[in-house]
Amino acid sequence: MSELQRTPLRDFHAAHGGRLVDFAGWEMPVQYRSILEEHKTVRRAAGLFDVSHMGEVDVRGPGALAYLQRLVTNDVAKLFPGRVLYSPMCYPSGGTVDDLLVYMRGPADYFLCINAGNIAKDLAWMREQSAGFDVTLTDRSADYALVAVQGPKAATIVQGLTPVPLGGVKYYHFVEGPVCGVPCLISRTGYTGEDGFELYHPVAAARQIADALLAAGVPHGLELAGLGARDSLRLEAGYPLYGHELSAEISPLTAGLAWTVKLDKGADFVGRAALLEEKQRGAASAVVFFKTGDRRIVRAETPIMDSAGAPVGRVLSGTLSPLLNEAIGSALVATAALASPLAVDIRGTKLNLHLVKPPFVELKRATS
Amino acid sequence: MSSVPSDLRYAKSHEWLKLESDGTALIGITDYAQNSLGDITFVQLPKVGTLLKAGDSFGVVESVKAASDVYAPIAGTVVAVNETLAQTPELVNRDPYAAGWMLRLKPANAADAAALLDAAAYQQVAS
Repeated sequence: MSELQRTPLRDFHAAHGGRLVDFAGWEMPVQYRSILEEHKTVRRAAGLFDVSHMGEVDVRGPGALAYLQRLVTNDVAKLFPGRVLYSPMCYPSGGTVDDLLVYMRGPADYFLCINAGNIAKDLAWMREQSAGFDVTLTDRSADYALVAVQGPKAATIVQGLTPVPLGGVKYYHFVEGPVCGVPCLISRTGYTGEDGFELYHPVAAARQIADALLAAGVPHGLELAGLGARDSLRLEAGYPLYGHELSAEISPLTAGLAWTVKLDKGADFVGRAALLEEKQRGAASAVVFFKTGDRRIVRAETPIMDSAGAPVGRVLSGTLSPLLNEAIGSALVATAALASPLAVDIRGTKLNLHLVKPPFVELKRATS
Repeated sequence: MSSVPSDLRYAKSHEWLKLESDGTALIGITDYAQNSLGDITFVQLPKVGTLLKAGDSFGVVESVKAASDVYAPIAGTVVAVNETLAQTPELVNRDPYAAGWMLRLKPANAADAAALLDAAAYQQVAS
């Protein structure tokens, strides 16, 4: 474990019974008490997640907008200060480098949040793409800690620790202001499908923020939640996880994220030609979501068969939905096979897949 | 840390066995095993009447993390399985030595249980 990176909350997790595992090279809590219970607590009340392993990058300079329009598939020109945008970032092939959040702080001043496992790859890619743009990229990953407070009680809990009126911060918006006296970027975003906030703050204040949120949250039913619950919550919400539903081989169109690919945004972004062709020709395969009506978990890489038993795809993510009490998952399936029945074999038992348009459960998140 | 009741016998593969007064043996997985697996989501058990040799896999215990085989500590015939685990597999997490039992076995030879680990010896395995 000695080579694993640690977030500033590593000792906080250990002190609260977190089960620490290697996640993308980071020593992170997969669970504290129970993945299933933490999941249900987030849907019912609130959970506190440490996601300080995520990467942050400042993108500044007169060419920042033009650069970001070239770099990502969604339309960054639609942003205004205080607005957040989700976007994939693609290769010329249309395959996905990463998916990220773009924060607009001001004209020529943007801030990106990228996946922990992709920080080095993304930075190299982003620097390569910056040639010819008047823009400065700064890796801020070591400067920021990041915690997420997610769930129907999140707003009440965070509001108790900040003078900033959170009612004015809508979904996918942010403000900068103090939380228990610590300067934070307060973002109404998350990865659970619930209302909630992600708080970016200086590493030195991480323990103070986590202690304060936990103390303020416990009376409202908040619990610490690990990466295990984070994964089942995002899958139940139908959100992609890089390396599963999105990858160098899976384009955002294949992943069902056409709403994030703005072919007509008036800028020739990396991957546009390939994605336009994929749109016109129709994708050869598609990411779909399924449930089985059975408790056996259908794990990633399980082959998917058509009614004749021929292989037509593979599972990308799978877990047990703690709310539905049945296996749910995502799969990459040949488009031609989607009209016919699909099945998997789990230890000798054939289970039929029932395709579902996510989310799998009704979500109550704040709308924009 | 984990509980190891002194009146049970144990296999190195983390099953427990309890000889009952009627000559049958109850089998389950240990507190250490359930804690290592995490949230148990599914338990697959054999049919009543199945003949097991010592070390045979008798089923699968699945958690959010992984699916693991479970093994017969001694030879025998399955005379009952814990049907309630089909709907409430979390009983194995909550109460591994009682409500979370898995099999009732009619031992081929009750003396086989003597060759299993006692609580003190299993404590060494599960630490």
